[in-house]
Amino acid sequence: MTSRQRDEWVSQVYQAAGGIRRRVLEHTILNNGGYLSQACSAAEIIATLYLKAMNIGPAAAEPVPPLFSGVPGPGNPDYASGAGYNGPQGPEWDRLVLSPSQYALVLYAALVELGRMAPEGLAQFNRDGSTVEMIGAEHSPGMELMTGSLGQGISQAAGLAMARKRHGDQGRVFVFMSDGEFQSGQVWEAIQAMAFYQLDNTIIYVDVNGQQCDGVVSQVMNIEPLDKRLKAFGARVIRIDGHDVKALARPASLKPDGRPLVVLADTDPCRGMELLAARRPKLHYTRFEREAEREAFRSLLDSL
Amino acid sequence: MEVLSKVHYHNLVKWAQDKPDVLVLSADLSGSTEIDLFRDTYPERFLSMGIAEQNMLSFAGGLAREGYCPMVHTFAVFIYRRAYDQIAVSVAYPHLPVKMFGFLPGIMTPGGATHQAIEDISIMRSLPNMTVLECGDATEVESVLDVVYKVPGPVYVRMLRGEIPRLFDSFEPMTLGKVRTLSQGDDLVVLSSGICTEEAMRALRVLRKQGLAVKHIHVSTLKPFDHPEIIESIAQARWGVISMENHSIIGGLGTIVAEQMAGAGLGKKLVRIGIKDTFLHGASRKYLAREYGIDALALIEEIENLVGERFGLGEADLDQIHITPVHSSAKVEAL
Repeated sequence: MTSRQRDEWVSQVYQAAGGIRRRVLEHTILNNGGYLSQACSAAEIIATLYLKAMNIGPAAAEPVPPLFSGVPGPGNPDYASGAGYNGPQGPEWDRLVLSPSQYALVLYAALVELGRMAPEGLAQFNRDGSTVEMIGAEHSPGMELMTGSLGQGISQAAGLAMARKRHGDQGRVFVFMSDGEFQSGQVWEAIQAMAFYQLDNTIIYVDVNGQQCDGVVSQVMNIEPLDKRLKAFGARVIRIDGHDVKALARPASLKPDGRPLVVLADTDPCRGMELLAARRPKLHYTRFEREAEREAFRSLLDSL
Repeated sequence: MEVLSKVHYHNLVKWAQDKPDVLVLSADLSGSTEIDLFRDTYPERFLSMGIAEQNMLSFAGGLAREGYCPMVHTFAVFIYRRAYDQIAVSVAYPHLPVKMFGFLPGIMTPGGATHQAIEDISIMRSLPNMTVLECGDATEVESVLDVVYKVPGPVYVRMLRGEIPRLFDSFEPMTLGKVRTLSQGDDLVVLSSGICTEEAMRALRVLRKQGLAVKHIHVSTLKPFDHPEIIESIAQARWGVISMENHSIIGGLGTIVAEQMAGAGLGKKLVRIGIKDTFLHGASRKYLAREYGIDALALIEEIENLVGERFGLGEADLDQIHITPVHSSAKVEAL
């Protein structure tokens, strides 16, 4: 294999990341609202997970997501999660838990970009009766757990990881998290338990974009030094540039060493859309206040 | 009356012997919730989760998704108060078979307001997909495991420990959705649950001698509550119905019966004996039962009010109730 072939995946991932940003931007302009900064910060992370880091098969779900058919319960035995968009499940396959389901729009855009969901799926976003919900639920494409209440994804993933270890599965559990979640006590309870039970079949990617609903993380409630805190809790921590796809992919091929692996991906919430920077420090949700602003973003979209 | 010691301690180990999918989760109260013998017998199936209930409940959800039957054990308050959002999102919504065993219901601990679960039934029964059970004696503590195991979704159990009387024949196990009719009569209906059933039995034994015909029904399945025979009995009762529970009168058995009666259009009088919308404090079971009016004498008094007659009965007229001493070898600490 030549080095050019070896690195072909790198350009594929960058291309996919660009596509994710473009689709989320397009959606945000069309609906005059969206989680745009999350696409900017996480595009490379999500694209790397799907194209390089995770061992997943082709989508095993209808390209156009089914309509909502009721919540889980004794009266609804056919309830299905959205995990099929991440490929078939089996002992050998990796699984993905999207912990901050506020990132669902980014995930859906990625599924479309990667050919795992039809573009019509993204068009159903936040439409009544659709499973492509704004805050992704268990039945939403690419999701398999309820995670909209922040901090619960990691504990559930830890339970999955322990069960998979007990079953002798080769497949790992990947968790995508946001940095703001580390303000929550439950997350530290989970890290503590994962270290205690040596759940080294989990890899947690954290989008450290320094942003949360109220503004800048360090001003809402400081979480740094996050790497030192995590190490002190017994995690194996790698801190990287979250827009460098080679650096993002590398940790996923490390030999497990008994510790849960946390990849702190430092990111820029305006990456690829410098226009967004004018909205600092409020980047959590993008709604254009003036037509001129919307126009500027429309021009940006045309240039992408 | 037969009194058994550490029923769950022994029974769980025997019961789980041939159930490799059963995992027991502990939040640093293994001795106090009688799972220490399980821990020592099946260490590979025992998960110590520390004083971290939120993680424990979500973690249990993850285990359940992969085919395990996680049985969470701690004091009742620490389940529903400390980890309610986790139960709702990680367990109840996905309808997962996580079984929660809440110990020290209501007045069963001198641990004070932080340790006394007085509104757990109210909270847990309002969660969709949740089944809510309460054990009233040793037979139910023994047989509740079969019941929870068969329910495909999450179950919350108000559990008993220490020295427990056997009120019901060991050959008549707890059955989901089935009440126990302990006496017949159409003067009035008494519905009781948990430890209040023993109190009600004490009171009704002497009242029967006064010529009162009481239909006494013990309820262990609080949700789903589908008991048409209860409504029929209340419809026939001359004076009405009294509910009696070791729980707040808001949201528990009394409220459930009120909802059922209203739904059926029954215009009968309902008296709810229970904790009257107040926190408790740290004291013995006997003291709290008297102080907060959920013992046999409280029932006699309410019946007297209902039928408009005084029977002139006191504590001396009643059979003695067996209560585990505060310092007993049947429990690891005085809590």
